[in-house]
Amino acid sequence: MSVNETVKFGRSKGFFETFDRRPGPIKKNMHYCPGCGHGILHKLIAEALIDLGMRDKMIVISPVGCAVFAYYYFDCGGISVPHGRAPAVATGMIRANPDSFVISYQGDGDLGAIGLNNFLQAANRGENMTVCFVNNGIYGMTSGQMAPTTLVGQKTATSPYGRSATNEGYPLKVAEMVAALESPIYVERVALTSTKNIRAARTALRKGLTYMREKRGFSLIEFLAACPVNLKKNASEADDWIENNMIPYFPLGRFKDVASDRSPIERPEPVFDKEKVVEALFPADSGLDWRKKEAKLRKELRIKCAGFGGQGVLSLGLMIAEMGQSRDINVSWLPSYGPEMRGGTANCSVVLSNNEIGSPIVKETNLLITMNQPSMDKFLPDLLPKGLLLYDRTNIERPDTDRRTYSVEAGRIAIELGNPKCANSAIMGAFAACLRGIEQVNYEEAFEEAIRKTFAKKANLVNLNIEAFRKGKESVKIENVN
Amino acid sequence: MSGATEEKFRVEIISDECKGCLRCVNACPREVIVPTDQVNMMGVVYVEYADEGCIGCGACFYACPEPGAITVYEKKK
Ligand SMILES: Cc1ncc(C[n+]2csc(CCOP(=O)(O)OP(=O)(O)O)c2C)c(N)n1
Ligand code: SF4
Ligand code: SF4
Ligand code: SF4
Ligand SMILES: [Mg+2]
Repeated sequence: MSVNETVKFGRSKGFFETFDRRPGPIKKNMHYCPGCGHGILHKLIAEALIDLGMRDKMIVISPVGCAVFAYYYFDCGGISVPHGRAPAVATGMIRANPDSFVISYQGDGDLGAIGLNNFLQAANRGENMTVCFVNNGIYGMTSGQMAPTTLVGQKTATSPYGRSATNEGYPLKVAEMVAALESPIYVERVALTSTKNIRAARTALRKGLTYMREKRGFSLIEFLAACPVNLKKNASEADDWIENNMIPYFPLGRFKDVASDRSPIERPEPVFDKEKVVEALFPADSGLDWRKKEAKLRKELRIKCAGFGGQGVLSLGLMIAEMGQSRDINVSWLPSYGPEMRGGTANCSVVLSNNEIGSPIVKETNLLITMNQPSMDKFLPDLLPKGLLLYDRTNIERPDTDRRTYSVEAGRIAIELGNPKCANSAIMGAFAACLRGIEQVNYEEAFEEAIRKTFAKKANLVNLNIEAFRKGKESVKIENVN
Repeated sequence: MSGATEEKFRVEIISDECKGCLRCVNACPREVIVPTDQVNMMGVVYVEYADEGCIGCGACFYACPEPGAITVYEKKK
């Protein structure tokens, strides 16, 4: 450029100067095929980001589809999301930060097929976002399969004889559908073809973005766009095809524009102050506040209870958690549900802690309680070197391990008491005895309280389980002290 | 090109950024962007400005899917 001239139309500052995120040697071009409509729209977006002063607060969501790498290009916030999920992620972002702007950039497969529900729900909630919907009538990225917007009669890789309305239904009229909803404020369909149409598209995009800047709500702009490669046409033929075939079915125009009747949406203020979040979730009088002040345990106990589905290992875990809770210890209980619940190996994770519990999933285990052989084989490798193993000697062989090991004949105790179901209370008795060796505080009374609470509605089972608990506690056997 | 220097507008096409889709050629109302018979570093037969006749309408710029292949310049008054 010489000193006596200015750029009238040129590369937008809304794009990175070089596309350093793009692998390979080409750093100035985008990855789209020659003549692709995505490129035309990207330029309109980049330009609008700057002209409307929205770049610094904008997040452009890259969908799955050919626009998956949009974040290589726009010099603003960007995030790449799973297929069809852009409006859901966008919702989270603008609810958490209402002063940000989000473009949910989506293709017809992304928005109209896998993501239709997420899209419609966000539209129906009137989220303050602009959806840029690129309708090219095809799954571009995956090489030309039929999309929800593929025209009747249009041949694609998956409709080789042409889309049939009888079999696949009619192409989805997204703009019309969204305009029929109450919440959206602005809906327009444009085409990225002739100069006239591109100008109208530019105006529509800016209108949608301006409404978002004013926090008026949800805008959808549907861009009919060329995918010359999958249409097996050059750009000019692809445009002709859009004009002659798509536009008659997908008419261009403004389907809804009610922004002037709507005032900016008021949403609840997002809260990031942890104390306030805790207060809201666990009011002081709810008894659910987990922030305990006093340290009760020597260290966090990460416990795994495992056994046969019918042995009551889940309620064993629950009673241990119950015991902890009654003594103001933070607890979590996480059962592993699955087909094993029907009679294979069942297990649950229990964490007892002085602090807030990060993850309720127990992998590296301090205390392992096993009630059958398969669960011993499965979980013993996860027991930490300083961990403690307690197993039911009735039906498990003495394991070959150098971990501190205790056993109890829980199954036998239960049978002798006349109800095999109380084996879990028996092994819990043994567990209480083991815990006595670890902790300063004696929790035996707390365990008995937990049993009483658990069986409160089945009075006849309380004494049985208390008895099983005491017998288990008295007959625990030291197998290996390391 | 003494004629061209008298002109109000000028178009520059970076040949290595052109993908040869011809959208700009089709869009230009003055037909002053034309295909060449040259191949660029991407292996694409690129287009070029005919060096005069541009009216600065920007049609080529908005038609082009590439961010910086086309720049339209205007002479300062
Ligand atoms: C969960 C999931 N399902 C399927 C796919 C495969 N897939 C990738 S892109 C795509 C469709 C893209 O079509 P569209 O949204 O129209 O975007 P275009 O490429 O045409 O712009 C599909 C089905 C995927 N990546 N992830
Ligand atoms: S496949 Fe189609 S939509 Fe995808 S980049 Fe190529 S032309 Fe564009
Ligand atoms: S600015 Fe307009 S007249 Fe000039 S080359 Fe581009 S399309 Fe043609
Ligand atoms: S529109 Fe752009 S990429 Fe296509 S031929 Fe013209 S300059 Fe090249
Ligand atoms: Mg598509």
